[in-house]
Order: sequence, then C-alpha cells, then structure tokens
Amino acid sequence: MLSIWKRGLLSNVSVIIDFLIGFFILVGSLFCLIATIGVIRLPDVYTRNHAASKAATLGVMSILLGTFLYFYALEGHFNSRLILGIIFLFMTSPISGHLINRAAYNSGVKLWDKSVRDDLKEYNKKIMKKSSVD
Amino acid sequence: MRKTNNIILETAIKVLLFFIVLYSVYIFTAGHYYPGGGFIGGLMTAGAIVLLLITYDIKTVEELLPVNYRILTAIGLLFAISTSAGSLLFDVPFLTHAFGDVQLPILGELSLHTATLFDLGVYFVVVGVTMTIIQTIGEDE
Repeated sequence: MLSIWKRGLLSNVSVIIDFLIGFFILVGSLFCLIATIGVIRLPDVYTRNHAASKAATLGVMSILLGTFLYFYALEGHFNSRLILGIIFLFMTSPISGHLINRAAYNSGVKLWDKSVRDDLKEYNKKIMKKSSVD
Repeated sequence: MRKTNNIILETAIKVLLFFIVLYSVYIFTAGHYYPGGGFIGGLMTAGAIVLLLITYDIKTVEELLPVNYRILTAIGLLFAISTSAGSLLFDVPFLTHAFGDVQLPILGELSLHTATLFDLGVYFVVVGVTMTIIQTIGEDE
C-alpha cells in the first residue's frame, strides 16, 4: 500500500478501495463464522445444510471478491481465475446442498420433531398409491 | 424402486463441464510459465469425465466419449518417448528439448517448445490411467 502512495497512483481512490477490500473480506469471514455456528446449533440435517450451503457460499464469494479487488487495485493484476471461481462456487455450492439434502431425505433421515410441513412425504404417498393401482 | 429425477444436476453439468474442461486446458497450456502443467491438467480433465460418470451411467458416457483409455495411455507414452528420443536424430543427448519463435499465419508470433509435446504425453497418460482405474472399479460387480 505504501509503495502505491509513493508512486502517486490511485491516491484519491485508495482509501475507498482499502475500505472495500477490508469490508468484503471481513464480511465474508463473518458469514463463514455464522455458517459454522449454524451448523453446530441447528437441530437437524436440513436446517444445518441450509445454514452451510447458503451462508458459507456467500461468505467465500465475498472473500474471493475482496481478494480480486486487492490484486486488481493494488497490484494491477486482473486475476480472471478468481472471477471464474466466484461464478463456479455460485453455481455448484447450492447444487451440492440440494443433492446432500435429497440423499438425506431419500435415505430416511427424520425431520426435526417440531417441523410442521412435509409436502414431499404426501407427494411420495400419492405416487406410491398411483403406481400400485397401475 | 422409482428412478430419481436428477434434472438439476444434469442441467448444471452441461454448463459446468465447459468451465472445468476449459480450465484444465488453461492449466495445461500455462504450465511453462505459471503453476500447472500436464499432470494437474490431466487430473482435472479426468475429474470432468468423472463428473459426467456421476451424473449419467457408464454406458452413456462411453457413447458420449468413445475413447479407449488404455490406448490413450499408450499414445501418451509414445508422445513422451518420441519427443525425448527425437533429440537423438540431431546428435544431442536424450531428452534434449528445443524451442524457437515461430511466425504462424493466424496466431502471430509464438514461442514453441518441444517440452509441450512431452507434457501432452504426460497429460494423455494421466487422463488414461485415471479413467482406466475409475472405470474398472466402476464396472466391477
């Protein structure tokens, strides 16, 4: 950072950029921390997965964005792999959450005993009845 | 048992596969100047094919990519042997590589190195060996 000030580059913008980098990385780590707390504290697989796949995705994406900004603003290096990583994570993480949840449901993991709705159960029952009639 | 509806995974794979294969090609070609090279590029390509195997069954993937991976391994070894033995033709020690700046019609000036061909051999061997291992384990019943 000092070397940039000495060179006189980005002298006005640098404080804003500094703030943004710090903001993104701090908020991202905070989201990851919240995801971890959620995984520990929530009662069943589905709610835990909900915490992990949403909050951790946003947290890691935010950290990657902060890293990208750091290298772009301070080193002048446009790292397209970080952008690609953000897009890739945004696409894959919810899908993995979905697949884990579905695998859990299909192998008969119980919902939390205070859950009130299970639409998929009724739907599966209907399908079973129909197939037995056929 | 009812067949599970896998449409989310199947749709996502169609997009993600391009990302993974493109990135593995990037890793392979950037290997001379940046971290990467034939080994990790080949592993990543094999990873993309494994993702296809996870999504579809083994027969569909064989129809999509009609490649015999044992032959691919042999081709890779042939590449490695021939690029390292090719130096003997020019009366220099085995495994001596050459490079030069070449002017190509569309691509412009490129600095080409025969080590890339050796790396291509490594790439083929890694893809071939990984896929052979995974397919033989997968077919075993």
